[in-house]
Amino acid sequence: MSMPDAKKILVRVRVNGEAREAEVEPRTLLVEFLREHLNLTGTHVGCDTTYCGACTVILNGRTVKSCTLFAPMADGGEITTVEGLAKDGKLSPIQEAFAECHGLQCGYCTPGLLLSTLQLLKRHPRPTEAQIRKGIAGNTCRCTGYQNVFKSIRMAAAGMEKR
Amino acid sequence: MYAAPFSYYRAASLQEAVKLLQELGEEARVIAGGQSLIPLMKMRMARPAALIDINFIPGLGDINNTKGELRIGALVRHADLEHSAAGVTVPILHDCAAGIADVQVRNQGTIGGSLAEADPSGDWGTALLALETSVVCMGPDGQRAIPLEEFIKDAYTTALTHGEIVTEVRVKAPPKDSGGAHLAFKRSAPVYPTASASVQLTLDGKNTCKDARIVLGCVGLTAIRAKEAEAALRGKELDERNIRSAVDAAKAAADPQSDMRGSADYKRVLAGALVKRAIGLAARRARGESVDAGHEYAGR
Repeated sequence: MSMPDAKKILVRVRVNGEAREAEVEPRTLLVEFLREHLNLTGTHVGCDTTYCGACTVILNGRTVKSCTLFAPMADGGEITTVEGLAKDGKLSPIQEAFAECHGLQCGYCTPGLLLSTLQLLKRHPRPTEAQIRKGIAGNTCRCTGYQNVFKSIRMAAAGMEKR
Repeated sequence: MYAAPFSYYRAASLQEAVKLLQELGEEARVIAGGQSLIPLMKMRMARPAALIDINFIPGLGDINNTKGELRIGALVRHADLEHSAAGVTVPILHDCAAGIADVQVRNQGTIGGSLAEADPSGDWGTALLALETSVVCMGPDGQRAIPLEEFIKDAYTTALTHGEIVTEVRVKAPPKDSGGAHLAFKRSAPVYPTASASVQLTLDGKNTCKDARIVLGCVGLTAIRAKEAEAALRGKELDERNIRSAVDAAKAAADPQSDMRGSADYKRVLAGALVKRAIGLAARRARGESVDAGHEYAGR
């Protein structure tokens, strides 16, 4: 096997409304691109095996597991990470609800859960219990037992409706 | 985890992707959604020297309904089908699409990639075999449509030759008095099912089965058409006795292996139970009822 020519390539994205770019090896995962190259460490690496959803970000309007995308695949894309949720120093209704309802304990899975909640509430502004469960089925939380997460999502839905 | 180094090529058109595959040779792989290939590469179970990214090819993610045939582009994501009109008219497609892994994986994974991967535990091979499906591929010698039965040859093995790319999945729309269901049992949302079953029934009147397709997933090296189970229903009343014969025949057709998901015996029983339920759901839908069905898992 000949050594592949793994030359670096330029990846340009908009993250939380801001144009960002870096030259990276093609094998750079999107999550590493965000954390190591753009210094956005709010997105977490959890299982690193496409299971836990801690690395969830929104790419072009859809949640993805950023540990399961090579950065060049996101080139030209619009990305929202947990850093993009608060506006002008004010927490988003989803963040407020998670804080209020104790929808987290250690907080490791929270960035991913917040973005999955945002995706869920965009599709179903008033989600049923089944829609909530299905909406966050790709996010593992080992602390809460999920009950307070469900409560947070219900409160977030009510909060976003009021706005 | 880091994949082994590779060089990255972005194809702007199918023609370019085919050309790149030819030029780069056997060690190049096509990447679509990457939801199977990237984990394999991170575990170094796959080490392609080059990746050809087809995600930027325009028009490959469309769903068209023409002359009683659904044409699903290779880049159509599972989530696209989950929320499409096609999933309403052909519910078995919705059952399958809406139950694959979780929201994030469905947003990224593609139907073309899933079929080309030919994972024995994949859902699409099973669900689409219950319908009349062909897979359109493009290669250096042009385009060809391969019936799904011939496309999937073995576990992780398809009829694709090197240089060929899946471009489209064509599904013949089932007749009006037909209904289907795809059921699967998995231990949690993000994982592959332990067993799955797809049933498509066409009725003659209220309760006579005119035609049946019964397919088992995850219990063999490929999805299995349980033809004796189909024969047990074809031309017969959908009563308890005939359904039991079909379920027994389906269990006999299963060829499961014991693994971390369960013993072979357990999977055979599970497959039978899924077939039984899917027959009931398919019949209700064939009669025009709107019923929810899909993947079952803990925490659902």
